[in-house]
Amino acid sequence: MAGVVIDGISKSFGGTVALAALDLDVADREFLALLGPSGCGKTTLLRIIAGLETATTGRVLIGGRDVTQLPPRARGLAMVFQNYAVFPHLRVRDNIAFGLKMSGADRDRIARQVRRTAGLLQLEPYLDRYPAQLSGGQRQRVAVARALAVEPALLLMDEPLSNLDALLRLDMRAELKDVLREAGTTTIYVTHDQTEAMALADRIAVLHGGQIEQIGSPSAIYHTPATRFVGGFVGAPPMNFLRTADGRLMGIRPEDIDLVDEDAGLAFRVSVVEPLGAQTLLTGTTDGQLLRVALAGEHAIATGAALYLRPRPDRIRWMDAATGRAIAAG
Amino acid sequence: MPIRWLPYALIAPAALFLGVLFVIPLVQTGALAFQVHDAWALGNFTRMTGDLNFADALRNSFQLVLVAVPVQLCLAMGMAMMLRHLQRGRAIVLWVWSIPLGISDLAAGLVWLTILTDQGYLNSVLFHLGVIAAPEGWLTYETPFALFMAVAIAEIWRATAIVLLILVAGVQMLPKEYGEAAAVFGASPWQAFTKVTLPLLRPSIQSALILRTVLAFEAFAVVMALGGRNFPVLVSEAYAWKHFNQDTGVAAAYALVIMAISVAATLVFLRLLRTPVEQQT
Ligand SMILES: Nc1ncnc2c1ncn2[C@@H]1O[C@H](COP(=O)(O)OP(=O)(O)O)[C@@H](O)[C@H]1O
Ligand SMILES: [Mg+2]
Repeated sequence: MAGVVIDGISKSFGGTVALAALDLDVADREFLALLGPSGCGKTTLLRIIAGLETATTGRVLIGGRDVTQLPPRARGLAMVFQNYAVFPHLRVRDNIAFGLKMSGADRDRIARQVRRTAGLLQLEPYLDRYPAQLSGGQRQRVAVARALAVEPALLLMDEPLSNLDALLRLDMRAELKDVLREAGTTTIYVTHDQTEAMALADRIAVLHGGQIEQIGSPSAIYHTPATRFVGGFVGAPPMNFLRTADGRLMGIRPEDIDLVDEDAGLAFRVSVVEPLGAQTLLTGTTDGQLLRVALAGEHAIATGAALYLRPRPDRIRWMDAATGRAIAAG
Repeated sequence: MPIRWLPYALIAPAALFLGVLFVIPLVQTGALAFQVHDAWALGNFTRMTGDLNFADALRNSFQLVLVAVPVQLCLAMGMAMMLRHLQRGRAIVLWVWSIPLGISDLAAGLVWLTILTDQGYLNSVLFHLGVIAAPEGWLTYETPFALFMAVAIAEIWRATAIVLLILVAGVQMLPKEYGEAAAVFGASPWQAFTKVTLPLLRPSIQSALILRTVLAFEAFAVVMALGGRNFPVLVSEAYAWKHFNQDTGVAAAYALVIMAISVAATLVFLRLLRTPVEQQT
């Protein structure tokens, strides 16, 4: 087990800056999600930690040891690749055993670990199959089993669920969380899917344009976004930002807005009603600005209705309209 | 459904081409080989095997294949792996390495002849370095080993590039994640090569071996330029029977032997280096 320190890592590909002087601490046994839109540098950072890419500047420390100059195999980590990269010429059994065989583990340990991780990921019936004979979800489990079998100090995952269909992704997400909690491995998990990051991680680091916008618990990221970008990227539908007369932005989550009867609240005209079952999603305008509201349960509201709304005061996040940064509460 | 006959129509020109230029000559060759004075007989084959040069030609052909092809495969594999690690200039290096492909067999043979002949470059260099006191003959029947090495080296120089190109194409089709996964999971560069790259390249290796083996059994111009009749191989014997002995029947018998060996070699490689469906990417 090991913590990770990213110390001033930057990376340029020719003219494009993929990562800009990035610092990040991951605690031992922590599950950290690297969350950000496509192209923000998540994969690049993960590959630099793995040793598959060399950083332009900066150091990577794993378990207190500077590994910046070490090849991947000397870093004591395992990785789950986005497209799994399960070896097609090896049976599931030999795929899972691959890392242990390379490190010259004895036969008993290999057999024990294959049995244990295959059990953990429900792969026992498939041990003698080749990857081509497995479904996408099963192949993904083989990739995870191969990584866990070496009992790595650090586990890196690059969008491991993004190639699965929606239902399977939900199943695998819960399964992964269970398996990884049991293993207690320090994990860095790359994803562009904010629900995945929220569901899995102890902490989330939101990446944007090669820089970290905010690091915090899922709840902190969700409720107290540090920047307008974070508020807009995390949450579906995203946070609303209403411009006020004094040049501030009022950030408010759609579900933190209540209907009020009297005309004491914001006047709101509904343009779209989406009954989603658990929620009713309203899109409309207030004072000429777009606003989304998510009401719990079902409501008989017609398109074009005029309503009055009140944001919950303790949920409002004030931002500077010019910088897009949160204004310290006070 | 008018589409049903379309595939057949599309392969018809190729089928016709093969029929006219391959199957018909093959049948004619078979007829020539198995006929003596217009009667079916095995006389051509008994004359062929009874000839003094037959055993030499058979042995030389096999020796050439058994030495040249493995060396070419190893060289080309090493070159392909080196190319993979080049950051820039890969296209130029590959181009330079493929130059021998663009040179005709005979020209290649003559190039090596100017190097290895009595008054050639090799002797000049060795003489000036004081290694030899007088020009040595490398290509005579009295120096069979040197002659064989000369032919083998020339053949290796000439045709390694085709193996290289096949392997490079195969390497480029391998997703780089396999190599990266091997590296992350603790494989040394050599382990990554033997446990991951090599098995995944099996289809390319198979193609290269079949092509090279068949072509090495047919090596002719290089052999003739360097060895002449001092180094008989199956193909040069077929040529000699046709042109010097005016005996088309025995020449056809040689042709059939060469074809039988090529087919057998192909079948062996197809079988030994088969990639089962379930292991394909
Ligand atoms: N090998 C490369 N060569 C050039 N540019 C690259 C390379 N890899 C990544 N980039 C660039 O770096 C940026 C970050 O890429 P990446 O880390 O793959 O993003 P993400 O995984 O967050 O989608 C992108 O602008 C991408 O185009
Ligand atoms: Mg990526």
